[in-house]
Amino acid sequence: MPAFLTILSHWRRHPGQLATLILGLALATALWSGVQAINEEARQSYARAAGMLGANGYERLQMPGGGPVPLADYSALRRAGWQVSPVIRGELEADGETWRVMGVEPLTAPPDMLPNGGLQAGIDPGAFLGGPGQAFVADGAEIDPNGQFGLEFIPHPDIAPGLIVTDIGVAARLLDQTDPSFLILLPDQPAGLPDLASVTDLVRVEPQGGEDLSRLTDSFHLNLTAFGFLSFAVGLFIVHATIGLAFEQRRPVFRTLRAIGLPLSRLILVLLAEVTLLALLAGGLGVALGYLVAAALLPDVAGTLRNLYGAEIDGTLAFRPLWAGVGLGIALVGAWLSAAQALWQVARMPLLAPAQPRAWAIASARSTRLQAVAGVLLLAASGAAALVGTGLVMGFLCLGALLLGAALLLPGALSLALRGIGARLRGPLAEWVIADTRQQLPGLSLALMALLLALAANIGVSTMVGSFRLTFLGWLDQRLVAELYVTAADNEEAAEIRAFLAPLVDATLPIANAETRIGGQPVFVYGVVDHATYRDHWPLLETTPAVWDRVATGQVLLVNEQMARAQELSLGDGVDLAPGLSLPVGGVYSDYGNPTGQAIMSLDLLERHFAPVDQSRSAVRVDPEQRQDVIAALDAAFALPEGAVVDQQSVKQASIRVFEQTFRVTGALNILTLGVATFALLASLMTLSSMRLPQVAPLWALGQTRARLARIEVMKTLALVVLTGAVALPVGLALAWVLLAVVNVEAFGWRLPMQVFPLDWLRLLGLALLTSTLAAAYPAVGLLRTPPAHLLKVFSNER
Amino acid sequence: MLNVTDLTKTYASTEGPVDVLRAVSLGVTGGESVALTGESGSGKSTLLHLIGGLDRPDSGEIRFFGEEITALGDAARARLRRDRVGLVFQQFNLVPSLTVSQNIALQARLARRADAGWIAELTDRLGLTGLEARYPEQLSGGQQQRVAIGRTLANRPGLILADEPTGNLDEDTGDAVLALMLELAETTGAALIMATHSQRLARRFARRIHIRRGRLEAA
Repeated sequence: MPAFLTILSHWRRHPGQLATLILGLALATALWSGVQAINEEARQSYARAAGMLGANGYERLQMPGGGPVPLADYSALRRAGWQVSPVIRGELEADGETWRVMGVEPLTAPPDMLPNGGLQAGIDPGAFLGGPGQAFVADGAEIDPNGQFGLEFIPHPDIAPGLIVTDIGVAARLLDQTDPSFLILLPDQPAGLPDLASVTDLVRVEPQGGEDLSRLTDSFHLNLTAFGFLSFAVGLFIVHATIGLAFEQRRPVFRTLRAIGLPLSRLILVLLAEVTLLALLAGGLGVALGYLVAAALLPDVAGTLRNLYGAEIDGTLAFRPLWAGVGLGIALVGAWLSAAQALWQVARMPLLAPAQPRAWAIASARSTRLQAVAGVLLLAASGAAALVGTGLVMGFLCLGALLLGAALLLPGALSLALRGIGARLRGPLAEWVIADTRQQLPGLSLALMALLLALAANIGVSTMVGSFRLTFLGWLDQRLVAELYVTAADNEEAAEIRAFLAPLVDATLPIANAETRIGGQPVFVYGVVDHATYRDHWPLLETTPAVWDRVATGQVLLVNEQMARAQELSLGDGVDLAPGLSLPVGGVYSDYGNPTGQAIMSLDLLERHFAPVDQSRSAVRVDPEQRQDVIAALDAAFALPEGAVVDQQSVKQASIRVFEQTFRVTGALNILTLGVATFALLASLMTLSSMRLPQVAPLWALGQTRARLARIEVMKTLALVVLTGAVALPVGLALAWVLLAVVNVEAFGWRLPMQVFPLDWLRLLGLALLTSTLAAAYPAVGLLRTPPAHLLKVFSNER
Repeated sequence: MLNVTDLTKTYASTEGPVDVLRAVSLGVTGGESVALTGESGSGKSTLLHLIGGLDRPDSGEIRFFGEEITALGDAARARLRRDRVGLVFQQFNLVPSLTVSQNIALQARLARRADAGWIAELTDRLGLTGLEARYPEQLSGGQQQRVAIGRTLANRPGLILADEPTGNLDEDTGDAVLALMLELAETTGAALIMATHSQRLARRFARRIHIRRGRLEAA
């Protein structure tokens, strides 16, 4: 115990260093565990969705082009002996929120489509089917406080957020829809049934499974995890630097303790116990901070997942003891890893080694060379992974190797740069500044590596987001050409609207589509009429001659980039669209933000092979000046519900809102990582400042003022930050290229052109310089206030 | 109490092996005070390090109260230092984050035989009363060395090994510290071996041994 207390007493005398260590590890743990909390919350939601969206676990029968299933088909199937259960599904607006409604027929539906095992088990048939009716919602969901739906809403833990599960009759009333959305094909069918195709034209769709959702969102969560890991790694740089310096400062104490009888093994145990204690303290704080980070980011993440993937995530965070335990474990492992090198050095430290702190510059020269070699190897591995590797994991490995390789190369690169600058400088003070900066470099290198990672990540991610944004906005301008978009109740009303609008507008183009599966994957097939709107504006990445003429005459089809990549389609490749319909690919178009495959063919062909086709939506080309007149005329003639007519600007704004929300989390993590890196710099500078007196005092004795020396200290730090920024720029651009050309293609199925934003770089460098000035100012002010007596001690034998 | 026989120690250097100690033999009885003089590099510190179990000889043996210590492992040698040997260094080697009183009590507490009354008496006799709550950096060199002596004596060691303990102190302070060390060693009955290159200080010891090029000579 006395040895443990003696070791711990160091922190009582160095509270700033202790705070740095605790905060560094806490921040690292917070960012990591915060991201994990978000991922875990999402996973729980997917699991609930997978458990409750039981309809996805069964084969379905649905209309070939989508739309409700006629009751006649349902009756025909039942009469033929097929065991099917109708489901009505749709969306309901309530108090400004959108709810998904799933109405099941409780007597025929599989039991796991309802909570508590359905009517056969825990649900009271009288209450569920009779009276006002019941509906199940997620625990904690707030819906219909005024009772406008006349239903009893029952919270249930198995229901996904945003979902209402109720009887099919209630759903029909809520959604104003009488025919089922689809039929569930029960797994146990009687023997000797007639062929399905002889009974109905409905198409059979394979079970979709809740894991589809989690697979779809995997890349998003992997992205978050990568950022969390990057932040954790940056945080560990702080911990490694602080622990390393604390061990370095206490070398004489370790030697003394061993000299007065503490065995080496006991000393190592005591140091390990110290690191463990500090890690538990910091880990606890980090887990608490992580919970706050996750709670703050979760609403945006939930919005992103809802908009991008249609995945419903509860916007509130549950506290899970296992998550907290893992967070503490991560803090412990991180601290042990960070301390491993220092502990190894203590274990190997000869008892009679010099008592003074090791001269870092001398000792680190060899490790800098080794680091540089490792850095070059990692960069080569990263390049190889980018060129020949495939898959998302390989993409992230490529990113990891790039960042780690660059970080390891940094100290060597900075040392070379300083040597080059030094060769051009004249004057004793300038020579001292360069020599001193090079000597200081090993002590600061970890912090500068952390800064490099943060700056490169910032440049890389902002270049990616910026490129995405510019491309996306340009693409929206091209793609959303029509001035108005009108949604009718059904195809008949849509035809009436188009006839009504014909004399008023330049053109009314039906938006006709059908859902099918090609190559085992869901694909939306669109039918287009021959019109200049498409010829002049549709953004094509690859094309064949006279492609729109050949689309119009039904000779070729166009596919989106996602489908081309997923199914490895090139121009001219044939695509089997439906029985008896195979068309070659005539062009590939960009389709940013869409996770699924899409194809375009002539409307005639679509109607012939996918009937009945949903044509309830129309794009209207009209002089923008007359837009409001057309809307008013439509309102007067058809009394369309709210939201049925939207103008181009609204659609663009909604798309941009989704885009901004998608990257808000990334932006927040980006800023947090930069903050952690700046903190690493502050931590290192503060710790080093206590060891700087012997370097600075001789200059003071030779006639330099403390104010000037303090200014020089700040300028040296800023020079190192600028040099680090210069290294971070190419690394960040390489990172952006990997994100755009490798990770994005693997994760989302489309590739974006890379664009550069020099103003953003300058802004980032300005921010880094500002924060680094603040970080360097604190120890510089300390130097400014150092009493001369303190400086004199450097020359005294009593030191 | 202490018997050193045919001790040799060689260090490697860029110019080949250097024989620091050559067949050194020495006997010290309890309560005896011995001054070990010699030029810089003559082997004084090495001999003290070997006797204190801080290093191992190439050959020869060291018997402490009859126990041969050169073959002991790290833990056993650490136990020996903790329980029976006191070390005083030129650089003081205090723990900067502990107060004066905590530094004085440190070794005795490690050995689990801290005696509060004895520590208080030592603190008083070392002239450190009133300075107990200070940290080493707040003390003068002489005061720091007195704390180091206090740390050694608080444990009532059988043998005190002092390596140039006054080397960092001015003459008056050095004299005072030495007088105190001799007095307290006599009080506790500990044997004292002190390495010094000062003949003036050595003359105050009952027995003086000179070491030249790794060999002992009677002074």
